Amino acid sequence: MKTILLSAVAAVALCGSAYADTIKIGVIGPFSGPFAIQGKNFKAGIDAYMALNGNKVGDNDIEIIYRDVPQADPAQSKALGQELVVKEGVQYLAGFYFTPDAMAVTPLLEQANVPLVVMNAATSAIVTKSPYVVRTSFTLWQTSAPMAKVAKERGVKKVITVVSDYGPGVDSEAAFTTTFKAEGGEIVDSIRMPLSTNDFSPIMQRVKDSGADAVFAFLPSGPTTLGFVKAYNDNGLKDAGIQLLAPGDLTQESDLPALGDSALGMLTTFHYAISHDSPENKIFVEAARKAIGNPAELSFPSVGAYDGMHVIYKMIEATGGEQDAQKAVDAVKGMAWESPRGPVSIDPETRHITQNIYLREVAKAEDGSYINKEIATFEKQGDPGLAAAK
Amino acid sequence: MQTVFSVGTDALAYGMVLFVISIGLSVTMGLMRVVNLAHGAFAMIGGYIASYAAHMLGFGYAVAILLAVAGTILISIPIERFLFRRIYGAPELTQVLMTIGITFCVIGIANYVFGPTLKTIPLPDMLRGPVDLGYRSIAAHKLFAIACGVVVAGALWFLIDRTAFGVKLRASVDNAAMAGSLGVRTRIVYAVSSAVAVGLAAFGGIVGAELLPIEPYYALRYMVTFLVVVSVGGAGSIPGALLACLVLGAIDTTGRYLVPEYGEFFFYLAVITIVCLFPNGLLGRKR
Repeated sequence: MKTILLSAVAAVALCGSAYADTIKIGVIGPFSGPFAIQGKNFKAGIDAYMALNGNKVGDNDIEIIYRDVPQADPAQSKALGQELVVKEGVQYLAGFYFTPDAMAVTPLLEQANVPLVVMNAATSAIVTKSPYVVRTSFTLWQTSAPMAKVAKERGVKKVITVVSDYGPGVDSEAAFTTTFKAEGGEIVDSIRMPLSTNDFSPIMQRVKDSGADAVFAFLPSGPTTLGFVKAYNDNGLKDAGIQLLAPGDLTQESDLPALGDSALGMLTTFHYAISHDSPENKIFVEAARKAIGNPAELSFPSVGAYDGMHVIYKMIEATGGEQDAQKAVDAVKGMAWESPRGPVSIDPETRHITQNIYLREVAKAEDGSYINKEIATFEKQGDPGLAAAK
Repeated sequence: MQTVFSVGTDALAYGMVLFVISIGLSVTMGLMRVVNLAHGAFAMIGGYIASYAAHMLGFGYAVAILLAVAGTILISIPIERFLFRRIYGAPELTQVLMTIGITFCVIGIANYVFGPTLKTIPLPDMLRGPVDLGYRSIAAHKLFAIACGVVVAGALWFLIDRTAFGVKLRASVDNAAMAGSLGVRTRIVYAVSSAVAVGLAAFGGIVGAELLPIEPYYALRYMVTFLVVVSVGGAGSIPGALLACLVLGAIDTTGRYLVPEYGEFFFYLAVITIVCLFPNGLLGRKR
């Protein structure tokens, strides 16, 4: 069975370029289930890009084929990746909200001669798994490390870290801790809490007892961030002057209306805010809001998908529609462009996106909605996580 | 010492929130003998209605709660009439399949109608922000949740143990045929207690919304927690559920304060121990 499958992969890989009028792109992401909102954002970013740039590259029509993996499920992700390559004959794979899902597909790429453009999954190591992986999102190292510098600048000396106990949480903790210690700061305690935690009062008590000036926190975006931020306020930490610092996952725009006043003044570092002030972003947000339907649901994965499409269009242009993964990936190494999030480029070494990381403060816009207001910029940040892993 | 009090207060508050959310399920499972996995779905419907009433229609918190409880009961009437009535007395597996099916339908509908974003129920100023207890500050809404728990426990105990309706309910549950032949209209008794259980679910969903925020997957996300409370306390026993919530709340909160990296280890260890020692739950009746 396995040999049949492999030879099928090889056969498709060899004759893939023969019928190149329609180029298919397979996108895997959570389009139903608890994370459906993130999949919706992928789709909004892709739709926005195609609405603004057309659905043709040269003479080739572009067709997107979506496949749904509702929760992190590497086996299913791999099966769907295989199906897309073998049965649908896709020339490009893209999407991937969760790291394990992206990791599971990387072994297929070389044999299938297919590049993979990661639109969200944020663990540093993914790009090292195959030379055909390019990433247009961010890593937690990239978004968390600048926060340590912010803390230092603001005169914070002692920090306690509180993260959800899973891959990205541990990454985020490591990034902050390493950078903050290098800056001469002190980490008084590091707490890892289970993902299923919903009452954060005891954690806040620990924070209070630790005597730290600030708490660095990471939780995945979604329902639990609400409880966390509320517990931070309700247990009197805000009034006690203990700063809450976090990467932008905690204040993603689709959660902000629910967080409301309790998040006002919170500091986060992240690669993209929907309120980013640039002509490129205005065009993007207008198109993406139209694509997603409800403007309140737009969030950061949309920009990863939008830029992912930009990279894929460039790949198709460079290969003229022929299936040649190496040529496609080589064409985008070092590529630089103006993204809705600001100036970005693909690092030729790591194939990860180099971008500005912004310090943002949750603020109220003139129309009464809540935004992540950018107040400082860390320019051209690479991924420190890859260096740290070596 | 201050820390001990402080963690104790957190434990009490968390336990009471658990109690308010789970007690409706204890009633359906223990008194009506229905393994109702759709309990969370009803709690979620209550939360959505309250959120809608408060945000879109501009009602106050108290009115929103009343509307939500009434609205959820109203929605549950056709579900009770056409679906639940078929599974009273049916094997547990049938009940589980039916109610989990209802849960998935409700999740889908909620996702379609309200979207996947988090919904909040704005608290009145009185319940907002921290209250100073002297040795620490605590969220005002947690005090409110504790009060709600006490009131609900008292009222339910009175209803089931001290009123004529309670007598009829217990009779119908123990022997429906005999109760019927003695003139108890068991259908009505079941319909009313089902409404009470659903109303409690909705009320719990609203009061607990600060801790367990309302979103479409609410119905599944917390299902295990509800079931654990009921099985540890003993299905149908109000004091049992209360005791279970306080014990589990204390263990969970203390564990999370002292060794958060162990996660839910101590919580489930306690559950396993209790279920081994008391197969019918802490205060459950022998079957």
